[in-house]
Amino acid sequence: MVKLPELSLPDDPKLAQNITHFARALRKAGLPIGPGRVIDAIRAVEVAGFTKKRDFYWVLHACFVSKPEERAVFGQMFRLYWRDPQYMEKMMAMMLPAVRGVQEERTAQAAEKRAAQALLDGQLPDLPAPPDADDAVEIDIDASQTISAQERLKTLDFEQMSTAEMAAAKRMLASLRLPVSPVLSRRTMARPGDLADWRRTMRAAIRRGGEINEFATRRRRPRYPNLVVICDISGSMASYSRVILHFLHAVANREGQGWAQIHAFTFGTRLTNITRHLRKRDVDAALAAAGAEAQDWEGGTRIGECLTQFNRDWSRRVMGQGAVVLLITDGLDRDPGAGLGAAMERLALTARQLIWLNPLLRWDGFAPKAQGIVEMLPHCSSFRAGHNIEALEGLAAALSSPDDVGQKARLMAMME
Amino acid sequence: MSFADIDEVQARLGAQDYVCGRALATVVFLAQKLGRPLFLEGEAGTGKTEIAKAIAASLGRRLIRLQCYEGLDSNSAVYEWNFAEQMIAIRAAEAAGGADRDGLKSELFTEDYLIARPLLEAMRPQPGGAPVLLIDELDRTDAPFEAFLLEALSDFQVTIPELGTIRAPEPPIVILTSNRTREVHDALKRRCLYHWVDYPDFAREIEILGARAPEAAANLSREIVAFVQRLRGEDLFKKPGVAETIDWAKCLLALDVINLSPEVIADTLGAILKYQDDIQKLQGSEAKRILDEAKADLATV
Repeated sequence: MVKLPELSLPDDPKLAQNITHFARALRKAGLPIGPGRVIDAIRAVEVAGFTKKRDFYWVLHACFVSKPEERAVFGQMFRLYWRDPQYMEKMMAMMLPAVRGVQEERTAQAAEKRAAQALLDGQLPDLPAPPDADDAVEIDIDASQTISAQERLKTLDFEQMSTAEMAAAKRMLASLRLPVSPVLSRRTMARPGDLADWRRTMRAAIRRGGEINEFATRRRRPRYPNLVVICDISGSMASYSRVILHFLHAVANREGQGWAQIHAFTFGTRLTNITRHLRKRDVDAALAAAGAEAQDWEGGTRIGECLTQFNRDWSRRVMGQGAVVLLITDGLDRDPGAGLGAAMERLALTARQLIWLNPLLRWDGFAPKAQGIVEMLPHCSSFRAGHNIEALEGLAAALSSPDDVGQKARLMAMME
Repeated sequence: MSFADIDEVQARLGAQDYVCGRALATVVFLAQKLGRPLFLEGEAGTGKTEIAKAIAASLGRRLIRLQCYEGLDSNSAVYEWNFAEQMIAIRAAEAAGGADRDGLKSELFTEDYLIARPLLEAMRPQPGGAPVLLIDELDRTDAPFEAFLLEALSDFQVTIPELGTIRAPEPPIVILTSNRTREVHDALKRRCLYHWVDYPDFAREIEILGARAPEAAANLSREIVAFVQRLRGEDLFKKPGVAETIDWAKCLLALDVINLSPEVIADTLGAILKYQDDIQKLQGSEAKRILDEAKADLATV
């Protein structure tokens, strides 16, 4: 046990206070920051000195950020909190539904909104009090949600959700069902059907002293196909994959869903099987485990390579029983042409159904121009957006109707 | 008869033309010694089924095989009543005019009308000691059957309502194989000794080919094995197993081939590669390149 020196705060008590407030705001934005870390941060600032903003930034960064995906939130928060009070007002304007239409041309950057939301909830020193429109901004997250808020939430992009919205969305997703149509297994059950059940017939006959007056029958038992999810977790895709995995996690651990088994894989630059994590722990832990080795966090993906690897190492092991495959990626391959089309084709051939969720579809002007998308599109059986709850509800429809194609037909027409 | 030590396992299996590595011999010995099932997983054609046959032959025990498939249930795995015989018996009893219920029941559900399926067969005393029970391609069954098997393998007894419980006098040597078309449940694996049967190295594959296709000239077998070994290093969808090597050697012998040449390889590729994509990859100069590399390997061996 190291004996720490007496904590002497910097001369400027305002600074310590501000760091504490800042930490509180970060906590609201979803970073796991306990009081111990705050003390560490204050001590670190004391040791490092507070002369350059840049140094200050990195000192706090070192104390508060523990995962690569927290960097974006931290950066936005820092800018909001320490640099530009004017910026705050701009952000607030963005968050008011009334003004939002005017501000539409400036699309909020990722995590900006989460940062703003977290900050506005806290009481900030040295800042004008936010206007009284707070209750319009705030999303009420108890059971008495208004329909309109629910409707709004359904069409909100996952990437732009605040923490509260995300929590509400996760709750909504947890109650969403993902029905799947069963297939007939070779196993039979004792029900009226078209197969003779000799064993039961004989037993009944013995009870009647050898009289056989009807044949007991069996019929084939329905069985549910497995679901294989292949998730892109690189840079831009991370937040979508996270939500969809949350959704699938809820599905996988609910009774009576009908899926026999859910296998999940993540890929960035490497393919990882997270099935077991998904079964045991929560999604964030599973993704963290996968993310630990996806070092190349922003570096784009090698879809072709990862799909080839999947086909070679896993396809025979998880698709043996005829599985439905859910591929979640934007299709932007770092080096397309590396067998991407062939890998996708093989994947489609081994799957009962191959459904591709692509968040890029949220843009109305989306056109299949990137080479990766052009190569992959013809092979999937259904192509859908996956960027908000409404899209995931559509996914449920896709799963329950085997001939659903989503937007594939429209985009294929564009390609010709 | 049983194995006394690991060396004896290797020697006895060798006598059955099964070339067995030290690791595999060790788990075989342990499975027999500890009375635990042996779970063999590996690519198709690496000799998983073959070893069960070799063990049974070398110990002079009976081999009982249960081939798994989707929808396999206890009726086809454990026992079934001979319904046709029972019907005839009922009819005969009716014709004789003396069909009393209890008598009928005790008469119809007896050993005479019982058809023993592999699992029940393995629980019964066999000549030469406990049999070798081979449960082949377990991954093709479904989870319910696996759960049932778990129970059957833990206490080696089955219960037939009309006849009572049948218990194995001594537990059979159980060998389960899987091609990994799905992951077998952990609970089952936990009760078994596990071994991943890998492709053999050059020296062992030469040995295997010598045992299985002894009529092939040494020179040709060396070329065949070197080529197949090289082929497994290529990026193929399905790498050729040992069974394919043996098949291919037999094909080449039937064609009176003395040396491998790109033309011969192109003509007989169907014996080692079973996927169109893979065959396509080896078209043209590719086969020649691999053959040249294989010959270069031979020069250094």
